[in-house]
Amino acid sequence: MTTRDEITAGLSEILEEVAGVNPDDVAEDKSFTDDLDVDSLSMVEVVVAAEEKFSVKIPDDEVQNLKTVGDAVTYIQKASA
Amino acid sequence: MTRPDVVVTGIGATTPLGGDAASTWEAMLAGRSGVSALEQEWAAQLPVRIAAQLKVDPSERIDRIKLRRLDRSEAAALIAAREAWEDAGLAGAGLDTQRLAVVVGSGIGGATTLLNQDDILEASGPRKVSPHTVPMLMPNGSAAWVGLEFGAEAGVHSPASACATGAESIAWGLDIIRSGRADVVVAGGTESVIHPLPIAGFASMRAMSTRNDEPERASRPFDKGRDGFVLGEGSGIVILERADHAAARKAKVYARLAGAALTSDGYDIVQPDPEGRGIIRAMSGALRDAGISASDVMHVNAHATSTPVGDMAEIHALRKAVGSQPVVTATKSMHGHLLGAAGAVESIATILAVHHDVVPPTINLDDPDDALDLDVAAHQARRLTIPAALNDAFGFGGHNAVLVFTKA
Repeated sequence: MTTRDEITAGLSEILEEVAGVNPDDVAEDKSFTDDLDVDSLSMVEVVVAAEEKFSVKIPDDEVQNLKTVGDAVTYIQKASA
Repeated sequence: MTRPDVVVTGIGATTPLGGDAASTWEAMLAGRSGVSALEQEWAAQLPVRIAAQLKVDPSERIDRIKLRRLDRSEAAALIAAREAWEDAGLAGAGLDTQRLAVVVGSGIGGATTLLNQDDILEASGPRKVSPHTVPMLMPNGSAAWVGLEFGAEAGVHSPASACATGAESIAWGLDIIRSGRADVVVAGGTESVIHPLPIAGFASMRAMSTRNDEPERASRPFDKGRDGFVLGEGSGIVILERADHAAARKAKVYARLAGAALTSDGYDIVQPDPEGRGIIRAMSGALRDAGISASDVMHVNAHATSTPVGDMAEIHALRKAVGSQPVVTATKSMHGHLLGAAGAVESIATILAVHHDVVPPTINLDDPDDALDLDVAAHQARRLTIPAALNDAFGFGGHNAVLVFTKA
């Protein structure tokens, strides 16, 4: 099973690739929109890339609940369990 | 009410000849060709395997994350617009953005985005299609990005008149300032469709040169051996400004945009009227609008795309509407045909010709067409005093745009 740190590191790579987020800024308590400046279109890209990277499905109605990096980590960990 | 004078206070370009207006102009005066063989794998199957590609890739001027959201035509427009803005001294000038408008058009828009995303759709399904697809392919995308860059609030417009677009955009800019809706207009055109589908489409029309073995000699307006246009990509942007506004901020002025005219042939979807009636009306109308007589026009930057029919129809029209005195050039011989950007990049060449009193050459004019009865600056740049000059641009659909630039 993938650890929370591994998932955070994977998300961090995706965030840097699609939205230019500095990996040093990525932490579980950071909000995608308020802290990391990820806009709605980039968030779609992050979700699609995360689905591929972690082999999970993240339905659109789940995405609105993923406010912070930690929310996404929890969801991905549960979905891939 | 007296009509305000409109002047050009900034220029910017990214073309097959250079990554900015200065290097493009220098390459033009030197008579260099920006046409080369297409080395991409997809080109091998095409009847046309040459094009004039951007000299400087947009990735050298725009950061990676921004570039992910831009069609290549949008990136080119943004690069040219930033240069023009800077050149006009508007960066940090505190311009009233409610008096700032943008007119930037494209002939085809984000076709390469559309086609690339369709490949993704076919290969990987709809969920993999980029959420940036629509703003990248919409034809107003370039104008919108340029508007956002400078915070323009007096209107953002995007004419689409095929290969007349770049010149038509500048004509709209003139109207906007004259009608009092803005003090400054960022105007021009952009295009980037070097992709197998557009090339195959134009090639199927038999509109393109197939001189694949001699790329640099393929674009040869007015020459007996011309066999079609060479596709180019890039963008040209000018800053148009009300003359008293420019004077108040002590801006440098390249030239006056003295007049413009837009007409339509009402003849055929792609064939030019063989009598050239629509382009004659555009030329005469532009001169009338500028309030100058035909004999003042000492230079014409012709639309001349290097197609067998079009080049001579234009010469015939020039002879009728303007007379025999202008020194003509076709800079497409060097940078190819930039479609919706052509009229803008060639306007910049016309503006600089008026500013510096020099006509850039028409290269490859080795064996002039027997019907060529105007003086063309073949091979070498030509120095002469240019009080007034025309830029012509015509497009599929029967669109005709003619602009008149005069000394400031």
